[in-house]
Amino acid sequence: MYVTEQIPETTLTLTMEGELDHHRTREVIEDIREKIDCMLPKRLVLDLRGLSFSDSSGIAVLLRLHRSMMQVEGVLEVVGVQPQPLKLFETAGLHKILSIRPINPMNQV
Amino acid sequence: MKLPENYVYFQFPSKSCNESFARTAAACFAAQLDPTLEEINDIKTAVSEAVTNAIVHGYPEDIGKISMKCRIYSENVLELTIQDWGVGIADVAEACTPMFTTGTEERAGMGFTIMESFMDSMKIRTALGKGTTVVLRRKFIPRGRL
Repeated sequence: MYVTEQIPETTLTLTMEGELDHHRTREVIEDIREKIDCMLPKRLVLDLRGLSFSDSSGIAVLLRLHRSMMQVEGVLEVVGVQPQPLKLFETAGLHKILSIRPINPMNQV
Repeated sequence: MKLPENYVYFQFPSKSCNESFARTAAACFAAQLDPTLEEINDIKTAVSEAVTNAIVHGYPEDIGKISMKCRIYSENVLELTIQDWGVGIADVAEACTPMFTTGTEERAGMGFTIMESFMDSMKIRTALGKGTTVVLRRKFIPRGRL
């Protein structure tokens, strides 16, 4: 007998905290890709309320995850983005290809 | 250019764990110019890009020496000089093109673009086999105090 589980329209929500730079980028990408491959979510929500700093490594992370989600026909949504990462992502033009929502004053996503 | 009014020099090996130290140290030094939080973040971002470039591209195969000189000149001008003695850049114009990278997939190819847009000026000196020096400048407008 086989038991299979199918959860349509699944959402995978992940949070990132602290500072993101090249030092940790590779493991962050690999870790999240593993979760995507495991769950095949329709939506990946990245909650960045706890991410106080990102350099261009964060741009690479979002681009790679965007591509991974397209491969499983899902979408990436980035929410709760603090001012520093927001300015960086907008400088790179990421807001033109991804859904990026800034953190709001109530600290809600 | 006149002598700096204040300065601090750092030297460290090209280990990626030093990226966060370098940007925090530069931000601490810049704090005496009474910057806004956004200005401090711009400094941290630009330094993180410059130091990461030196680590990843200056010394792709080994660990080498990186120097960071932070200077303040008259009229609230902050100058940050990040130097490596690594492989150098073959084509600077190409390296500055957005999305161009010789790195692996954890790089976005946005380093120089971000340094340029977050600072007032960026100068690059490089020679193959000798290394690369990036000079970043930003002028701070003193905020009025009541």
